[in-house]
Amino acid sequence: MTAVNDVVIKIATVNGTGSASANGLLRKAIFRMGVPVVGKNYFPSNIQGLPTWYEIRVTGEGYQSRANRVDVMVAMNAQTYARDMAEVTPGGWLIYDSTWPRSALLSREDITVFGIPLSRMCNEHFDGARARILMKNIAYVGALAALLEIDLDTITELLEETFADKQHLVASNMEAIRLGYDYAMEHFACPLSKRVAPMDATKGHIVIDGNTAAAIGCVYAGATVGAWYPITPSTSLMDAFRSFCTEYRVDAETGKRTYAIIQAEDELAAIGMVLGATWAGARAFTPTSGPGVSLMSEFLGFGYYAELPAVVFNVQRTGPSTGMPTRTQQSDLLSCAYASHGDTRHVLLFPADPGECFTMTPRAFDLAERLQTPVMVLSDLDIGMNDWMVPEFEWDETHAADRGKVLSAEEIDQLEQFHRYLDLDGDGIPYRTLPGVHPRGSYFTRGSGHSKYGGYTEDADEYQEVVDRLLVKWETARTLVPEAEVRYSKRNKTGVLTVGSGNAACKEALDRLEAQNVGLNYCRVRAFPFDEAVKDFIDKHEVVFVVEQNRDAQLRALLVLDIDADPSKLVSLLHYNGIPINAGFVVDRVLEEIAKGRAA
Amino acid sequence: MSYIAKPKVSHPSLPRNKLGLTARDYEGAVSTLCAGCGHDSVTAAVIQAVFELNIEPHKLAKMSGIGCSSKTPAYFVNQAHGFNSVHGRMPSVTTGAYVANRELTYIGVSGDGDSLSIGVGQFVHAIRRNLNMCYIIENNGVYGLTKGQFSASADIGSKPKKGLPNQQEPIDPVSTAISLGATYVARSFSGDKQQLVPLIKGALRHDGFALVDVISPCVTFNDHEGSTKSYAHTRQFYHHVVDVDYIPPAEEIRADYEEGEAVPVDLYDGSVIMLRKVNEYYDPTSRAAAFKYLREHFNAGEITTGLLYIDEARGEMHDLMGNVDTPLAELPLDSLKPPSGELKRILKRYQ
Repeated sequence: MTAVNDVVIKIATVNGTGSASANGLLRKAIFRMGVPVVGKNYFPSNIQGLPTWYEIRVTGEGYQSRANRVDVMVAMNAQTYARDMAEVTPGGWLIYDSTWPRSALLSREDITVFGIPLSRMCNEHFDGARARILMKNIAYVGALAALLEIDLDTITELLEETFADKQHLVASNMEAIRLGYDYAMEHFACPLSKRVAPMDATKGHIVIDGNTAAAIGCVYAGATVGAWYPITPSTSLMDAFRSFCTEYRVDAETGKRTYAIIQAEDELAAIGMVLGATWAGARAFTPTSGPGVSLMSEFLGFGYYAELPAVVFNVQRTGPSTGMPTRTQQSDLLSCAYASHGDTRHVLLFPADPGECFTMTPRAFDLAERLQTPVMVLSDLDIGMNDWMVPEFEWDETHAADRGKVLSAEEIDQLEQFHRYLDLDGDGIPYRTLPGVHPRGSYFTRGSGHSKYGGYTEDADEYQEVVDRLLVKWETARTLVPEAEVRYSKRNKTGVLTVGSGNAACKEALDRLEAQNVGLNYCRVRAFPFDEAVKDFIDKHEVVFVVEQNRDAQLRALLVLDIDADPSKLVSLLHYNGIPINAGFVVDRVLEEIAKGRAA
Repeated sequence: MSYIAKPKVSHPSLPRNKLGLTARDYEGAVSTLCAGCGHDSVTAAVIQAVFELNIEPHKLAKMSGIGCSSKTPAYFVNQAHGFNSVHGRMPSVTTGAYVANRELTYIGVSGDGDSLSIGVGQFVHAIRRNLNMCYIIENNGVYGLTKGQFSASADIGSKPKKGLPNQQEPIDPVSTAISLGATYVARSFSGDKQQLVPLIKGALRHDGFALVDVISPCVTFNDHEGSTKSYAHTRQFYHHVVDVDYIPPAEEIRADYEEGEAVPVDLYDGSVIMLRKVNEYYDPTSRAAAFKYLREHFNAGEITTGLLYIDEARGEMHDLMGNVDTPLAELPLDSLKPPSGELKRILKRYQ
């Protein structure tokens, strides 16, 4: 651990007390100093009154995953004081509100405890219960600024941006910052041995959550219909889409909208609306989480067999059942891959961070329309709701969306007869028509048995011909989905394979292992079906550690099912307690397996 | 579901509509329902209504869920796009399709099982949104394809072919729809084409959610003595309170109406519905009055038919949402993106 720009600050508060804006201010100030930073939320499924934490990892090296240690704890919640104190790394610091005495029993010899009378100072300086609570949060930011050497001018600049049209709030917030700052300067040896120092490592970057990123992606993809049923942790995706649409999709003259957001009665209806909208030619999507996918399953199978596009965002949370709605997991891989009854398979995309939530979203719409099938984008709570530092998104203004094989009125006019499910190009993808375009383009969409001509059938051969052709399409999908990210550190026979948010922890772990002379190759799958690069990677190694965040090794199962990977090669490293995976876990488990002789 | 196409031969003297099409041009495949099924009469009424309204076949979207009723879109207007979805989910698919393309005419055919049991959630929420569609329930009180179980519209005391009479309170789609704010609510009988065709025409032209609940007896499982959804029972107990004449836009009202007998209601497209009150006290523009009348006559064992409630003033779904007039599906994607270079400005918020 270095003394500069390698510090983890955790703030323990009570939810509903407005600490989010104070924590955001702190995180942004560090970012503006040019220092890489990530923020993670640990919050209850509750509106007000329960414990909540925000963890800021200041990481000069730019690592994105959770550090799994706490250097500075700001213990603002008496309810969790004991466990918060226990969590501090030896040699670390704990800040608490000394307005009230703390129990003498609660002390540790191996950490430094700073008491700051935050409530007393704020009660003296501010009027009104709400203002006092809010300012108490701002005051600890001030204290941290003194202790960690966070630039006060940067904080002022941020407050001025936030309250551009409410100058009096800039003054009162600065007053609170000063209270904390001055108290710390006066009473403690500032700065701490671990501190923040300006760098130049955040230029060209943003700090954003995956749900907001995906919403921006939906706007750029030209999505016009969003149907949804609110469910944590996906809700902020539609909230963000609505907010961008209010800005960019309302006609300035008429005030009329070029987007429709429908809050459905349930997820059964949400996916039905999406399929109806894509059938009629719009780009439509629905954000949801695991329980929502369960309800959507019947329709997803319909979409697969009737061959209709749809984009479904599954921001995964901890299951089974309601599970832990505000905790993360990657436990819907299997339920999404094969959602529905019958022989059904779905194309899945796996973004690793908000950057990919943005880039994969227009890609998901393109793939859904190209392949005429539901495409699911599987992120998780860690990606969707936490603050990641990623390179600024770029949009290629020349990008032409792929609307797939949709026949225009002119094209239909040239046809003697239109047949919906004929594979004319040998890629397993038929041509489709949109309702109302041309009398000869009409057909009957159904989930019941149909022949390649689109007619109803109960004939054995006619039915089988269609489901076999869907397999041809599946192989086409394999060539179109985003390729796996593969890195070879050097020639060796052991690899690490992961998915989605496992990427950050694995990459950090690989650096640490490399420092211990354990060089491992790396593969991160980015889509299902798995592309050639994944098969090639597994073929080239004798042992592949499959790192994923669920109990049942679902990614490993998919590798065996989809590309017939040799199960004896695949060693699972599973992290599934609901907290985002960290590099230390991967390092420890890899070393353990190596010690057991499980690595070549 | 039939795959037998009807021969495309029609007599030269058949009447043609304004598009030059005959009623034959609005037919579909041969029905595979039981001989005498009420649903086939409803299909015939739909064909006549669409033909008379001069709807271009490919501008009609035929939507359905699962069940005997949901098969029927295959039996009318071959050249329309059809969507036979999953059980009880026709309303959501229609909502999505209508959101994407508001220029098509949407007709949904459902049943009492499809709409009042498995799909009751979607049925009620489509009404709340005032989804612009003609929603027909072919109501026979039983599940046909699974061989005669009671549906949620079965009346208390109605006897099944085998087993004990129904003891559960029925869901009446008409009073349910009125209570939820449906803007066009009608009931009719599959055996009364004269009443049914104008009701369907009005429903297709109404700007908002139009429910047509059609008592459509199941000859195989619910047409026996003791059933309250049989042909015999329906004929004995149904009565008209309000009949309608549909008058197309720019056409003169030619029929002679007695003073005070008929009330015109203007539809958004310029057509007119003439309400002919059979019961002079019935007020189809009052939710409360309609509800009271329906309940009283239901309690007396009667089946009230006609255009039972109408509200032309409330906006349909797109109006309520404030959407553009162009179908969303037809907006070029390039027109939907933020201006060039705007992404940089958006991302400033995250720095």
